[in-house]
Amino acid sequence: MDLDLVRESIGPLLSGTIRGTIPLTAASFVGGMVLAVLVALARLSRVGVVRWIAQGYVSIIRGTPLLVQLFIIFYALPSLGLTIDPFPSAIIAFSLNVGGYASEIVRAAILSIPRGQWEAAETIGYSRTMALRRVILPQAARVAVPPLSNTFISLVKDTSLASTILVTELLRKAQEIAAPTFEFLTLYSLAAVIYWVLCLVLSIGQGFLERRLGRHLQPQIAKVEKVRQATA
Amino acid sequence: MSIHDEGFAPAETPEGIEVRGLVKSFGSTPVLTGVDLDVAPGTVSVMIGPSGSGKSTLLRCLNLLETPQAGRVRIGDDEIDFTAGVRRGQSASLRRHSAMVFQSHNLFPHRTALQNLMEGPVFAQGRPRREVEEEARGLLARVGLAEKADAYPDQLSGGQQQRVGIARALALRPRVLLFDEPTSALDPETVGEVLAVMRDLAAEGRTMIVVTHEVRFARDVADHVVFLDGGVIAEEGPPQQVLLDPQQERTRAFLGRILSH
Ligand SMILES: Nc1ncnc2c1ncn2[C@@H]1O[C@H](COP(=O)(O)OP(=O)(O)O)[C@@H](O)[C@H]1O
Ligand SMILES: [Mg+2]
Repeated sequence: MDLDLVRESIGPLLSGTIRGTIPLTAASFVGGMVLAVLVALARLSRVGVVRWIAQGYVSIIRGTPLLVQLFIIFYALPSLGLTIDPFPSAIIAFSLNVGGYASEIVRAAILSIPRGQWEAAETIGYSRTMALRRVILPQAARVAVPPLSNTFISLVKDTSLASTILVTELLRKAQEIAAPTFEFLTLYSLAAVIYWVLCLVLSIGQGFLERRLGRHLQPQIAKVEKVRQATA
Repeated sequence: MSIHDEGFAPAETPEGIEVRGLVKSFGSTPVLTGVDLDVAPGTVSVMIGPSGSGKSTLLRCLNLLETPQAGRVRIGDDEIDFTAGVRRGQSASLRRHSAMVFQSHNLFPHRTALQNLMEGPVFAQGRPRREVEEEARGLLARVGLAEKADAYPDQLSGGQQQRVGIARALALRPRVLLFDEPTSALDPETVGEVLAVMRDLAAEGRTMIVVTHEVRFARDVADHVVFLDGGVIAEEGPPQQVLLDPQQERTRAFLGRILSH
């Protein structure tokens, strides 16, 4: 391995990480989570059409490759007269994708809250909406944290797909430096190390968060995992 | 254990309950087939009956957790005729008169004991937080848990959790208290502390319906004992009569079963 090359490329690679990978991940996760909660609630709705639309969305997201979703937004929408820049295209695609998967986690978390909690909320005078807001969702949120942090960590790696639509994130930067010099081994290894360190830091954070979650949630978390595996 | 010594008078006037021809089925399974029940204001009715006889369902109908298909329920001046259909806002209005204590307490695990008590009065009834907090601390003290105000439910013992459950019900300022087997899920050594709180509430003249198989509690505290069986009230009367000298064969059989262990 060429140490000078390592030294020269580390700057641009980190800049790709900080300006590309990290904001892309963060924005997509936030967008995805907003969608996920809305879709999860829609799937629990009493209105058939609402449930049906949400279910269709989840089915399409889970049944098609992320790369194809990305290509449709960036390469296919322009032929319908809708052209979106690479970076926002990527955020839209990843948000839609995370929204689909995370909605299943959020839904399972809501369903894992014992029926008695809904009833207690009802007897103290809460409407269904109030019960959701003040009793069910706060508990479901804690239950959903461990599986959602897995989604988050996967997303960090998935953002590398944005390199295919010319978003200058970490992998794209590595490609740009490697192409003229043919130093693929060095550059891709460096990129791999950076992804790995990012994920390592995140999984340490995940462990920390989970330990803070409180023992009374453990049975519910196990139940969410079971529901997820059953529907996967 | 004595929770408090002086007799309290409840802040809210107790009300009576009148149930006529109450019918509730789940799908095609009839559970209540025409229940008539009268509870005088400020009295304690103990409801007994075999498992699956509909005791919980009847309490849940009174608290509107279930909607009966027919019959009517009156608590105080508020009445719903379920045969005629429930109008908008009617259930919420009738529900406000009663508060429920569940077998499995159903405390909110993400809130402290104090927050559990304040949740309904502040966020559902819209009462001022300061006033509610003061009252809630007083209620926790009444059930002997003043120093546990900031504890989360999973930091409390079963008996303490259920006492918080009772305090949470009281915080709603109900005119009627409904207890659904409040001690059945408890360790035997903590049953007494919960029953003691309930005795206090009875002594201060609350209207209570208590589903329990604690025969001694029924004998000492109840003004009226109701035996529910086969979807109707099969026998009722003063405790000495229903518990010690039941007229119906099925009441005798049932009491024989619960007294034999
Ligand atoms: N939500 C429900 N759906 C269907 N059946 C129910 C429901 N709740 C209660 N039941 C049935 O109603 C009957 C009476 O139940 P319940 O009121 O809980 O009896 P009890 O409290 O006297 O043991 C039982 O057969 C029970 O299976
Ligand atoms: Mg029951």
